[in-house]
Amino acid sequence: MTTGATEKDDTKEGSGAVRPTLEIDDLRITYRGSRGEIPAVRGISLSLNPGDTLGLAGESGCGKSTVAAAVLRLLPPGTEVTGRILLDGEDILAMSFGKLRAVRWAGASIVFQGAMHSLNPVHRIARQIAEPIVLHEGIGREAAERRAVELMSQVGLPSWRAQSYPHELSGGQRQRVMIAMALACAPQLIIADEATTALDVMIQAQVLRLLKQLVSERHIALVMISHDLSVLADTCERLAVMYAGRLVEHGPSREVFAGARHPYAQALSAAFPTVGDPAERRNPHGLAGDPPDPGNLPSGCSFHPRCPVVMDECSTATLALRAARDDWQAACLRVDGPEAVAAPTLLTKGDA
Amino acid sequence: MTTDQTGPDQTEPDRTGPDGLPEAAQDGAAVPMAAAPAEPALAALELTVRFNAPGGRTARAVDGVNLDLRPGEILALAGESGCGKTTVARTLLGLERPTAGGITFQGRPLQYGTKALKAYRRDAQLVLQDPTGALNPRHTVYDAVAEGLRIHGIHDNERDRVADALSRAGLRPAEKFFLAYPHELSGGQRQRVVIAGALVLDPKIIIADEPVASLDASVRGEILALLMRLRDDLGLSAVVVTHDLGLAWNIADRIAVMYLGRIVEIGSVDEILTAPQHPYTRALVSVLPDSPVGEPQVLAGEPPDATDVPGGCRFHPRCPALAGGEAEAAGVADDCRRTELPVLPLGQAGTSCHLVAARAQAVAATP
Amino acid sequence: MSAPSTPAPAGDTDGPDTSTPPAGAPPADPSGTGVTPRLASARAVAWARRRKAFADFWRQYRKQPAGLVGLGVLAFIALATVLAPLYTDESELRAVNAPGERLESPSGTFWFGTDEVGRSILLQVIWGARVSLQIGIVAAVLAVGLGTLVGMMAAHYGGWTSWLLMRLTDWFIVLPSLVLAIALVVALGASRFTIIVAIALTSWAGTARLVRAQTMSIEGRPYLERARALGAGHWHQMSRHVLPNLMPLILASATLQVSSAILTEASLSFLGLGDPSTVSWGTILERAFHAGAISYGAWWYMLPPGFAILAVVLAFTLCGRAMETVLNPRLRGAK
Repeated sequence: MTTGATEKDDTKEGSGAVRPTLEIDDLRITYRGSRGEIPAVRGISLSLNPGDTLGLAGESGCGKSTVAAAVLRLLPPGTEVTGRILLDGEDILAMSFGKLRAVRWAGASIVFQGAMHSLNPVHRIARQIAEPIVLHEGIGREAAERRAVELMSQVGLPSWRAQSYPHELSGGQRQRVMIAMALACAPQLIIADEATTALDVMIQAQVLRLLKQLVSERHIALVMISHDLSVLADTCERLAVMYAGRLVEHGPSREVFAGARHPYAQALSAAFPTVGDPAERRNPHGLAGDPPDPGNLPSGCSFHPRCPVVMDECSTATLALRAARDDWQAACLRVDGPEAVAAPTLLTKGDA
Repeated sequence: MTTDQTGPDQTEPDRTGPDGLPEAAQDGAAVPMAAAPAEPALAALELTVRFNAPGGRTARAVDGVNLDLRPGEILALAGESGCGKTTVARTLLGLERPTAGGITFQGRPLQYGTKALKAYRRDAQLVLQDPTGALNPRHTVYDAVAEGLRIHGIHDNERDRVADALSRAGLRPAEKFFLAYPHELSGGQRQRVVIAGALVLDPKIIIADEPVASLDASVRGEILALLMRLRDDLGLSAVVVTHDLGLAWNIADRIAVMYLGRIVEIGSVDEILTAPQHPYTRALVSVLPDSPVGEPQVLAGEPPDATDVPGGCRFHPRCPALAGGEAEAAGVADDCRRTELPVLPLGQAGTSCHLVAARAQAVAATP
Repeated sequence: MSAPSTPAPAGDTDGPDTSTPPAGAPPADPSGTGVTPRLASARAVAWARRRKAFADFWRQYRKQPAGLVGLGVLAFIALATVLAPLYTDESELRAVNAPGERLESPSGTFWFGTDEVGRSILLQVIWGARVSLQIGIVAAVLAVGLGTLVGMMAAHYGGWTSWLLMRLTDWFIVLPSLVLAIALVVALGASRFTIIVAIALTSWAGTARLVRAQTMSIEGRPYLERARALGAGHWHQMSRHVLPNLMPLILASATLQVSSAILTEASLSFLGLGDPSTVSWGTILERAFHAGAISYGAWWYMLPPGFAILAVVLAFTLCGRAMETVLNPRLRGAK
């Protein structure tokens, strides 16, 4: 463990780069349930520098939310976690609980989907935003509430809303309150787990714009988790696509969205059409079959039973990410070096 | 893949010209519409639905909507939450009674007697957003699909009908699913079961409320393809309520965009989504990724609530064209603030906007 | 995502039972692809599933020690009362056949001593159990039935019906139920039947409130919307969707109701409103009181029926709570 860490630090020193805000190294997470061990995350490595934005995409059950929960150690007790999660150089998994609690607001914070329902209905908004500030920075309630009002204006909430109760706010406003709370202790990392999914298009656009702006102003790192590739491609610089607990594609978001190498990432990006694109008019793309059961994964490439371009080797070969370009990897046998192009056969899919 | 994989009944109604009686629908409640190209399968005439809101206020959820569903078409009903689109859908199904105006089905007004309504419910079916909630967890797939048959007293060939509906919904072999419980199925399979439960009664109309919003991305396309195939193979007409314009682009023939209880723009999907006229539609389209209309225009504020409808054009407090001075330049800014817009007439494409009307007039005036 | 959506109860130890088949996606069909026998087997499989549901329930219930104790006590009492005619002589309950002396203290012959005319207290407690349990169970079933009916109707039909039913329910809730029961029994005349009616009439209101709330929550679920859109009438919605989902609640509520019914019966009898022709635990206490058992120091006259009531009430309550916990996973909580 320690040797690994020093090695990492050395390489960072060597490249003269800043220390990454978040570094995940071969993370594996196994839930223990009544049906035995269920591997939810099966070896994921990611790294984010300050100011980086990463979109983490995948379907329900692919493990993307588990990764998010692991970063703040919010997993249910008894879950087996191996690998390393470094937040600003400190190992989250080895941290004492008191330290962890400090990290949870000041180091990194999560905005969940539907988090707006977790506001306390009997307290005014400003007080709720001020609460983590009072707890973590030990300043008085009044000063903290002044900070809260500032934060509110940053997320586009009028200051007179500070004295409102949660039920007086619309869903979009409450979600912005959650973002203000996440920002309260100036964390270096924000994880937005389907934070905009339940919101209307227009409110979603407002919130996304806000997040983008915060990233560039405060130089924080942002991990956005969603199943909607088009939103991620629009908001984040890099895109990582997960399937069955593994990364299957990782690269620059616009390019991945437009020309994914892994057939699953292709299917996912085709699922959300570009309005105005004639090729997608009256032509919905789907992917036959269902997401795999994490307790009973297919052999070889986990995607092979649903893959439209499956080959014989796919059911046996063990797959790791392969470089498609120096900044772009995909876990598919058809990807073979920078020049290779995975056959984009999905777009000619007929109906069974 | 070409744009036009022309289905058998791809009615591509061009925006009906001036012959489509522009005035008639504006003044009467129950205007028998003779002008629509084909008799609409289902139509809403001057539909108004009001609810009592807390505090003695009245919410004008639907406030004058003319809407026609033509045979064999898929009509998307779009808008933000709270715009009244779900209320329109529920009223079309007879689940909500209109405060004023009415529904006609195959040219005849919908009756609300128990018997008449039950008969109507064989013809018009509902597909809900969340298939997990839409299926009783204690009923098997067979029971869930056969429920409609049992309600309507259809007892002959129940088994074959259920099997047929399931396989038409893409669950094959159907027998394999008979005894499964909803929790044993994936989300996509559950939505197929809900669709099969609608198909088993051989309906003419399907009204789907956000049919794919709660499904996984990769499954979404499959369900949409299924809806299109049902239209092509069975000639079903469908209203799809959605906030997702991509969905409309994927499957719908026409689209109606609602704002605060009114339709603000209606017409063919190809025209409206590539060249939206109404400032609200423009804004909605502009925030889409890779939008066909230039710069994203994020509207400030929340959609106003239906208990407090602004005067004049109901969109004017948020309208970027008014705020940006375009309306002023066209000389309609006062109208925007004060003059209420007429309800869009039935059976034709149109835009409910002072600015658009003024521009059209200007174009007509120039030789 | 097929199987794991089953909310696997925490810490469920998988015994070597047959819970495997529904784990995969759609259950593999047992018999090949024959066509005609399918529906006949559908019934069979439905029954098998029901049996499995019961087995699941039992496996969960077994983990509730308090529930097991309650069940054990109930089983013992049930056996003792049902088999009473086999090992006791009912005729000894009559004063003329009294086998012992007046107010004998406990001994080898009379384990719990005798009463003021020389009858065995133990015998009376055993036979009294028959009456007490019968009244308790029948009254509870009636009360829960009435409460369910009122609650469902109040929830299903809005407007005036609902308002009226709920005001009626409120009225019954705020009225001191014992006083009302006394008034009813006095008005109707004391008999086993009137006691049952009085108890049922005074104790349905709580169930009605509970059922109404639950019905409203069930009616808000999308599958009822779907059923309505399919054309389902009131009866179909109630019988096919609402009632089956209410069953767990009703069952647990009924079990708890039995204990309060037994208590009420004992109170009524103690106040002299019991059925004079039979022996119940309440009437034993009443006679003990009037015979001056307290001044005489005949503790054996009062304690056995008292403890019997306590045991049964406790047992039913324990069972009811255990059932509630099993049927409502939210109460199970993190262990």
